[in-house]
Amino acid sequence: MKPFTYERPKDVAAAVKAIRTSPGAKFLAGGTNLLDLMKVEIEAPSHLVDIGRLPLANIETTRDGGLRIGAMTTNTQVASDPRVRSLYPVLAQAIVSGGSAQLRNKATTGGNLMQRTRCAYFYDTAKPCNKRQPGSGCAALGGLNRNSAILGASEACIATSPSDMGVALAALDARIETLTAEGVTRSLAVADLHRLPGDTPELETELKTGELITCVVIPAAPTGGQVYRKVRDRASYAGGLVSVAAVGNRVAWGGVALKPWRAEKTEAALAAGVPIPEAVAAELAAAEARGKNGFKIALVGRLTAAALDETFAGRRA
Amino acid sequence: MHTNLTVNGQAVALDHDTRTTLLDALRESLDLKGTKKGCDHGQCGACTVLVNGVRINACLSLVAMHQDDDVVTIEGLASGDVLHPMQQAFLTQDALQCGYCTPGQICSAVAMLREAAEGQPSQATEDLTARISLTDAEIRERMSGNICRCSAYPQILAAIRSVAGDAA
Repeated sequence: MKPFTYERPKDVAAAVKAIRTSPGAKFLAGGTNLLDLMKVEIEAPSHLVDIGRLPLANIETTRDGGLRIGAMTTNTQVASDPRVRSLYPVLAQAIVSGGSAQLRNKATTGGNLMQRTRCAYFYDTAKPCNKRQPGSGCAALGGLNRNSAILGASEACIATSPSDMGVALAALDARIETLTAEGVTRSLAVADLHRLPGDTPELETELKTGELITCVVIPAAPTGGQVYRKVRDRASYAGGLVSVAAVGNRVAWGGVALKPWRAEKTEAALAAGVPIPEAVAAELAAAEARGKNGFKIALVGRLTAAALDETFAGRRA
Repeated sequence: MHTNLTVNGQAVALDHDTRTTLLDALRESLDLKGTKKGCDHGQCGACTVLVNGVRINACLSLVAMHQDDDVVTIEGLASGDVLHPMQQAFLTQDALQCGYCTPGQICSAVAMLREAAEGQPSQATEDLTARISLTDAEIRERMSGNICRCSAYPQILAAIRSVAGDAA
């Protein structure tokens, strides 16, 4: 790791100020992704602001019957919460399908949303990667691209988002609340947090420098069943090839793009009474195979049809 | 920088570089070599320790993050010469070949049983709102963060099963 200084601010205001006054600083939450990347010097912050003990680790019921989940709750804490297990099973299922128990015990809600892609070339510093080194090229285009994006990708970047939790949150219409470096709070949909790569894959989210996610707010659970389905190369502790979160007739996909992907065309078609296979095909019309990842188009289509069969039956999980 | 914590019941004061991981502090500063460095990237589980009773990968945590924490390593599980039941079960069931992953497996298993007893779900949990029944599928899923390259998995499962009792 490159050398850095470290501080553990007492409150949220001090944390945001610490980032603002220290160029090159980064927030440190659970550290399971950031420290991993620092060891291989893909991340090299000059200063770490440890937010892991800020008072942002509660889960509260909101007035409209939803949940407000503090950004420093652990993944285990959220998946184990009785309200999450009974009202938002899709979220509990998504979380426990990611990482290992050891990682989920440490990883946080905010950190999960901010984790970076697992594209092999983002990690391989001997190879070009426009996300890691803007302008250097994309080695995945002609390389190991079996698990690359089929939606919203560009010639500059075909990486995918690794989060399972974020896919469930997108399907649940969850929003994040943040505190900017200027001390202003704002709210944006989880589905709008991440940017598609375009020509600037190094710009990953809509957050401004020093902006801190303080919580995730989930609206009251909608009617209809919920299910999270994930397909991967081994049975446990592996990133997904594709995944789907179905909440009633709302659908979000993981493993297909650089963000949790809401299948809005599918949802609109379902609302118009179109049969499930055609509704799924409506969203996948824009999907594009690159190299060896074409199988994911058929796979996510079948997985979604299976998931919708379950949620349309009215089951919660 | 300076961090105070408790390791295996002993108060410890460490002067350390900000970059020092909990794993390196345990092994290099405190000479507790039971906790192993495998991949050093959170993929193998050989470095699993208990922090405030919760299992984590010590390689993916800075010791600076553990001010006032209570850390238990494999060296802290036994009571004098009396092995922890999970340690004894690994011996009885011959749940290892080379042994490198074993300290992490045992620490992980000890914490895993408590997680299940507390009702924390796993990917193998079919009914998220029911009491957890610790089936073989549940144990395998919950231990998937600990790799055994000698592939002693059947014996590891048997060892954990012998401590956990039969699935409810």
